[in-house]
This record gives sequence, structure tokens and C-alpha cells, in this order.
Amino acid sequence: MSMTATAPQATGTLPPNWPDPKSIKLSIRNLNFYYGTTKALKNINLPLLTNKVTAFIGPSGCGKSTLLRILNRMYDLYPNQRAEGDVLLDGQNVLDPKLDINLLRARVGMVFQKPTPFPMTIYDNIAFGIKLYEKVPKSELDGRIETALRSAALWEEVKNKLNASGLSLSGGQQQRLCIARTVAIRPEVILFDEPCSALDPISTAKIEELIDELKSRYTIAIVTHNMQQAARCSDRTAFMYLGDLIEFDETNKIFTSPSQKQTQDYITGRFG
Amino acid sequence: MTDHTVKAYDEELHYIGGKISEMGGIAEKMLVDAIDALSRLDADLARRTMERDPKLDLLQREVEEMAVLTIARRQPMANDLRELVSAIHIASDLERVGDLAKNIAKRTTKISSDIRVPRTLIGLKHMADIAALQLKNVLDAYAHRNVAQADDVWRRDADVDAMEDSVFRDLLTFMMEDPRNISFCTHLLFCSKNIERIGDHATNIAETVHYLVTGEPLPVDRPKGGSSGTEPATAGVK
Repeated sequence: MSMTATAPQATGTLPPNWPDPKSIKLSIRNLNFYYGTTKALKNINLPLLTNKVTAFIGPSGCGKSTLLRILNRMYDLYPNQRAEGDVLLDGQNVLDPKLDINLLRARVGMVFQKPTPFPMTIYDNIAFGIKLYEKVPKSELDGRIETALRSAALWEEVKNKLNASGLSLSGGQQQRLCIARTVAIRPEVILFDEPCSALDPISTAKIEELIDELKSRYTIAIVTHNMQQAARCSDRTAFMYLGDLIEFDETNKIFTSPSQKQTQDYITGRFG
Repeated sequence: MTDHTVKAYDEELHYIGGKISEMGGIAEKMLVDAIDALSRLDADLARRTMERDPKLDLLQREVEEMAVLTIARRQPMANDLRELVSAIHIASDLERVGDLAKNIAKRTTKISSDIRVPRTLIGLKHMADIAALQLKNVLDAYAHRNVAQADDVWRRDADVDAMEDSVFRDLLTFMMEDPRNISFCTHLLFCSKNIERIGDHATNIAETVHYLVTGEPLPVDRPKGGSSGTEPATAGVK
């Protein structure tokens, strides 16, 4: 198959049922990943659709977090880690060594498993990220910070204590602060790596509600060990096992009637 | 099927499957006995048939309770989820089959001494035999997770519907022939309606089995057998 205008650097043929390129925000093509000599991802082909939530599920070590860390080149921080293939963000290859990684990470934000607020005020936690990428006048900065906190459903809880330390917040609030920090930079894609695994059910519900709201503006990928969370939050779900993408389909289909036995065994608790 | 990592989960599903089989056995026996009682005008057998119904109601409640508990405890997915939802549906269908068989038995106790024309029962018996076979087959299909057999039951419901039309016309003729026939023929019309409904429940179960095994629903429209322009106002209302 010939390369399309939107995927100028893609190699190889597209798998069957590949969606319309115009609906794809991030296109993962023939992706292999190595930790030293260990192959952690094996020829992954998968599209992340614009304004949709894509969930990644699978047992520990299946490669789902590895895959997420490739999408904003987080693996670059470590030596001996190597990716092959294409990850096209609006047609531009994320894996291109010449790519400005800071710019990439502004476009592809990430929220981690444990909340990672900086040891500074709530206000500065968010201002820090914005200032890193843009020169924003103080007057405008206040508005940006309020918008970000509102987007993360945290504004009402912190509006009277913006100068308090980010670390004084509860775990759930800290996580929403990190989401606000990510959103403040106005990314296009947000990656969530088990964002609720350290949170209580109420905070989890708030984050899930947030994901649902955020997807109208962003393209979202979420790694989760909580199957019900994947079923609740996502539009499409990818099941991975030992570095292979076993099944990728509409979430409703995956959780009611998956086509692969391995997927079924995993999501029904019959694994191994 | 591989076992669950959590063994108690398997036990809960087996428990529910066992209760459904028990319900199927009772519903089938009630239908066969109700028809036997009617065709032989055996009021005693009819009464014994009616006495089985409460057990079926109780079993349905047990299936529902365990299914709800299992959903709450295990948050089932995929085939497990379909298994539990199907169990709730099938238990409800079988409970209705029991009610309808009980109703036939109840009418038998009322009319057994009034049947003036025993041959009116022949068509009804034939129709009931088909419905009973449908029920037996669909319960087999459920027990063996046999989609082909379930689909076959689904298609054959048209036979029961067609028989209902024929029985209806027969009974109408008997009633027009002699007004003294009207009373018991009316009861038999209701019995025929009940049997047709039992056929519908067997079809529902067939649809459930198809979904349970394949994850896909059968088409909404299924082959219809009823065609008589003189059919009662309630005929065709499912």
C-alpha cells in the first residue's frame, strides 16, 4: 500500500480495518521496543483516534506502560532503551531523533501512577509548566491557572489556598493537580499511566468523570489494571500480553464478547 | 473452559447453572403433565402439576439472588457476564412456562367433566407436543451451549404458531356447531394460547442461548407461522 499524505514516514502495509487516517491522532505502526537486548514490544500496530479514550490492559510486564512511555519519548531518559518503527503524531514521526522532545512533551502530556506535585505552591505547580513553554504575562497567567484547575475539577477546593503547598493536598487532589498541570500546557494528547491506582473510590470517580470531560478536547490513552475502569472510561481497548497486541477493538465489544480466548481469559479472571 | 483463579467464582456459576437445570426439569415436567392431564381429563394429575409451581418460583428467586450477588462480588466480564445475564433471563422464562402450564392444569380441573367432544383435544395435544419438544431441545441447547440447536428451536417456533391457528379454527367450528360447546372450547382456546406462549418462551431461551454462546444477538424478526384472518384479537400480540 502506498504511503498516505498524513503518514509520510510510515513503513509497511496498514493492517486490515485500519481507520480513516483523518480520524487518527497518533498512529503506532510496526513498533518494536527493546530494553537492551530484551524485546519488550513486538510489532505493534494501533491507532489512537482523535477525541477518543483508548485503554490499555494486560497483566504486569505485558508492555502497556512501555508503549505509553514511547508516545512522548519518556524512554529517552534511559540508556539502552530503543524503539523501532513509527509513531506518527498528526503524521509527524515522534521517534525522529531530530524532534524537539520538549515540544513533543508539551503536545503529549502525561499523568503518572503516583501523584507527582512539585514541592511548591499549588499556583506555582501549574505556573511552572506553563512558563517552561511560553512567556505569559502575569495577568493572563492567573486566568490560565484558574482554567486549568477548573478543567481538573479542583478549582472549588483550592481557590482560597492557591499559595498552600501542593504537597498539603490529599492524594486525589494531588492527582487532579497533576492533571491541571498537564492540561495547563494545552496538550493535544494526554497519557494516563494507572492514574487511579493510589486513590480511594471517590477520588477515582472524580478522575474518571474528568477523563470523560477531557476527551471532548483531547485524545486520551490510559493504562489501567482496573478492568471496570477501562470498561467505564474508554471507547476502545487494547489487550496486550508479553509484548504482543492480542486484541484491539471497541471497548463494549472487548468486555462483553472479545474475539480472542486470551483476552477473554484475562478479563474474566481465568489467567494462568 | 479454564477455571477462574478465584475458585469461589466458579462455584457460584456452577450453582446458578445447576439451579437453571433444575428449573428446566420442573418446567418441562409440568408442561408434559399438564398436557397429559388435559388430554386424559385427569383432574388429579392436573392438581399435582399445579403443586409444583411454587418450587419453580422459589428457584427463580434463588437464581436471581445468586446472579445479583455474583455480579456485585465479581464484576463479571465477557462470557461470565453473558452467563449471568442469560441465567436471569432463562430463569424468568422458565418461571413463566411454569405459570402457563399451571394455568392449563387449573383449567383442566375445571372442565374435565364438561368436555363434550373429546376430539377437540387432538389438535391441542399435537400442538403441546411440539411446544414440549421445543422446550426440551432448547434446554439441551443451553446445557451443551449448542448454538445450532438453539437456532433450530428459534426457527421452529413458526410451527407452534401455525398449529395455534389451526386449533383456533377447529374450536371456532365446534362452538358454531353447538352453543353448548362454547364454555369448554373457550377454556381450550386459552390453553392453546398458553401453549403458544410457552413456545414463545422456548424461543426467548433460544435467543438467549445464541447470545450467551456467540455474544451476538439473533435478528429481531423471526419466522412467523400464524396467518389466519380469523385469529383472535390477542393472537400475534407477543
